[in-house]
Amino acid sequence: MSLSKEQVRHIAMLARLKLTEEEYAESVQKLSKIVDFVDQLSAADTRDVLPMAHPLHAVQRLRPDVVTETDERDYLQENAAAVADGLYLVPKVIE
Amino acid sequence: MSDSQQDLFSQSMTELAAGLDAGDFTSAELTETLLERIGAHDDKLNAFITVTADEALQSAARADEARASGRGGVLNGLPVLHKDIFCTRGVKTTCGSRMLDNFVAPYDATVVEKLAGAGAVVLGKTNMDEFAMGSSNETSYFGPVRNPWNLECSPGGSSGGSAAAVAARLAPAATGTDTGGSIRQPAALTGTVGIKPTYGRVSRYGMIAFASSLDQAGVITRTAEDAARLLGVMAGFDERDSTSIDEPVPDYIAGLDRPIKGLRVGIVRQHFDAGLDADCAVSIREAIAVLESLGATTVEVDLPNLDLSVPTYYVVAPAECSSNLSRFDGVRFGHRADEAEDLMDLYCRSRGEGFGDEVKRRIMTGTYVLSAGYYDAYYLKAQQVRHLIADDFRSAFADVDVIAGPTSPTPAFRLGDKIDDPITMYLNDIYTIGANLAGLPGMSIPCGFVNGLPVGLHLVAAHFAEETLLRCSHQFQQHTDWHKACPKDFA
Repeated sequence: MSLSKEQVRHIAMLARLKLTEEEYAESVQKLSKIVDFVDQLSAADTRDVLPMAHPLHAVQRLRPDVVTETDERDYLQENAAAVADGLYLVPKVIE
Repeated sequence: MSDSQQDLFSQSMTELAAGLDAGDFTSAELTETLLERIGAHDDKLNAFITVTADEALQSAARADEARASGRGGVLNGLPVLHKDIFCTRGVKTTCGSRMLDNFVAPYDATVVEKLAGAGAVVLGKTNMDEFAMGSSNETSYFGPVRNPWNLECSPGGSSGGSAAAVAARLAPAATGTDTGGSIRQPAALTGTVGIKPTYGRVSRYGMIAFASSLDQAGVITRTAEDAARLLGVMAGFDERDSTSIDEPVPDYIAGLDRPIKGLRVGIVRQHFDAGLDADCAVSIREAIAVLESLGATTVEVDLPNLDLSVPTYYVVAPAECSSNLSRFDGVRFGHRADEAEDLMDLYCRSRGEGFGDEVKRRIMTGTYVLSAGYYDAYYLKAQQVRHLIADDFRSAFADVDVIAGPTSPTPAFRLGDKIDDPITMYLNDIYTIGANLAGLPGMSIPCGFVNGLPVGLHLVAAHFAEETLLRCSHQFQQHTDWHKACPKDFA
């Protein structure tokens, strides 16, 4: 199955990726190949087969709801491009 | 410098540990020797993203002090490398990506903490395919790693830097991660030993996530004995990883000397189909004959859905990747685009600029298979087929203790040969992906050469049967010399 350029634009938007025109052209071609390749799965007989959720069929553990981390806000924020007063800065979202 | 010091670099971890214990050399001397060697050789290989020389010399000095006062863990003073996917507090952790080129990890991964706790000395962080997505190391933002056996060839990936460095004797051991073959395939292509343990055996805490239901940490070494030594330290329950399994860790070293007489080795008919290079097939059959000569018996087994493992993986892994990599938004850490117009522009441009082509392709594949209208046809279907694949292995392990076959369809391929066609590249992992989908432990050991390039024998065992893999590999290495071969430019 071939993906259209519009489909790839929609996927890139959902994935929050800005692509160049060149990248769009290449993505249409390569993603179509990948989708074709994984389409083989449609021929597999999976009637009555449960989808696998975990390789060892383990279940999620619960832990006591207690604070285990220490406050390292300043240290952690050293990796951010823009912070002020302990807050992360982003472009204005409310006009 | 004595003779023994000159060839320190060629010794296994086990030999080095004996030398340190006997006082033949200090950890500081060993560390200096290897740092010099890295300085002299890594230009050719590009196996390192960061060399942590100062930190290494400090931990070596601490290890020597500990030894002098009768303390020190089981890896005291022994050198290791970390794949640059493991967070190392205070040290740049890039995951091979421009996205994290400026990221200094604020904490240690559990694997890093455990090896440091046992006294290991970290010499540096190794190059890798970007976010571990690749089978050739060519997707790294920091450029491809070269194969020490032929510098025009790829060392495989994604743990290509770890494998190349260990093969070139720049260190005796390195950590790696394996989501579809990323430890075992580079181990095969560089003539090293690589083990991917059972899913959940080693903590994934602090290991940058690619596909969380498949990712597992392991090691690349030159001997099975060294792999056993390291895995014994790395394995075990960790409450900080929600998928960590609470099972006791056996003494992997203790079992190594037990003969493999009576071991039932499964041979998969489908492994020797047309896709396998004919010369590699000869090496694999000879390796299986060695196991038989040691008393193992072979049994033919069937993995009828083997062909579906690659397409299944390329739905499940991208789906999980698209979700995991949504955390890279240009806000809290990682690359941030300049002068964004608004928040959407900040997200889209930071991600568009920060990720390379293959990573973007996988994110988009994953987004597509999870999107409205396609989820049932792709994601759900793939998880059902995954169940069939896991069931095939379960049936096989009713009759055999290990499955033996090729790790990779060909020896190392030339850089540039496969990078333009994702499907050709993906098919490289046909023999390794099944173990990830089923959560099984797998291991690759050197078993021959084709045109001067190493061939790997792949062993897979039932859940938590790492002991069997390590013992079988150790016994094989006691009777073969493939693992002792050193690439001539690095002898």
